Amino acid sequence: MGVIRSFRKNFSDFFKKLFNKKNARIGIYGPPNAGKTTLANRILRDWTGDAMGSVSHIAHETRRARRREGVTIKSNGGSISLDIIDTPGLATKIDFHEFMELGMDEAESKRRAKEATEGVIEAVKWLENLDGVILVMDATEDPYTQVNVTVIGNMEARSLPLLIVANKVDLPESSPSTIRDAFPQHPMVAISALEGKNIDTFYDEIAKRFG
Amino acid sequence: MQGIQMDLVSEDRLAKMPPVEKIRFIIDEVKSGKILVLEKGLTPEEEATLIEMTMTQIQPDDFAGIEMESYPSQTDGSFLGKLFKKSPVRTRLTVIGPANKLKTLKKDRDMISALVSNK
Repeated sequence: MGVIRSFRKNFSDFFKKLFNKKNARIGIYGPPNAGKTTLANRILRDWTGDAMGSVSHIAHETRRARRREGVTIKSNGGSISLDIIDTPGLATKIDFHEFMELGMDEAESKRRAKEATEGVIEAVKWLENLDGVILVMDATEDPYTQVNVTVIGNMEARSLPLLIVANKVDLPESSPSTIRDAFPQHPMVAISALEGKNIDTFYDEIAKRFG
Repeated sequence: MQGIQMDLVSEDRLAKMPPVEKIRFIIDEVKSGKILVLEKGLTPEEEATLIEMTMTQIQPDDFAGIEMESYPSQTDGSFLGKLFKKSPVRTRLTVIGPANKLKTLKKDRDMISALVSNK
């Protein structure tokens, strides 16, 4: 029996290696300023030693999708390899006046708004090419946004795995339980991407959902 | 009389339209200043397409985008829904308007509270 079992395992591993070389493509989505790039940077620093991109308190700092292939995450004795895609923040409206209120001149604000609209288009297109999504929500904000509803609806319609991240739990006004109550049908992990709080639980959930 | 036009769009009206025409209809109506209440709402894919197409229409000093809210979709748990798995998501009412005239004040699973401004 042992020989047969061993043969079966080797046969199975061979075919997995042969046909399953592609890493799962996991997109990091969410509204602007939820902490997507901070989380992407945290993942990359922990597992590859470098970073994905710069972060800012100004919305739409990430205006092009960034992809890092073959990020290997180890958890619970196993490891999974993923392609991580950090996407621009999804939004239904972009008003250049909001950038002006943050101190930018009109020309710069309009240029940034134009790039942000292109970033949203790119992020929506990426939705169709993913194997799963990490949806980052700001735990200090109302979770019932159209962006969250649209991303969750897309993943449900395609039966693809989704992990909700309630970010910024280092802030005293955060309320991750509000997010859990809003979307109880999906797994959620409460973290601080900035401080690394609860990050090991986050990696365990990644292994469970996308492994 | 000055005011804001609000159109309540029946499920039947949108069901007759192909997806692209449906999205085009919504954007054209909203850009003209109307607020739409869609009886059946949009599928998640249609919502994503609407966001994408809206971004192509944004013009500084003219059109800043849309405010859109809908109740979360529900999974079709009926026998036929499970059997065919082709339309497992049942969409619900959606409200869409120009971002400069419609503002969501509060939303939860079963209630959307919005402010309409004629500024």
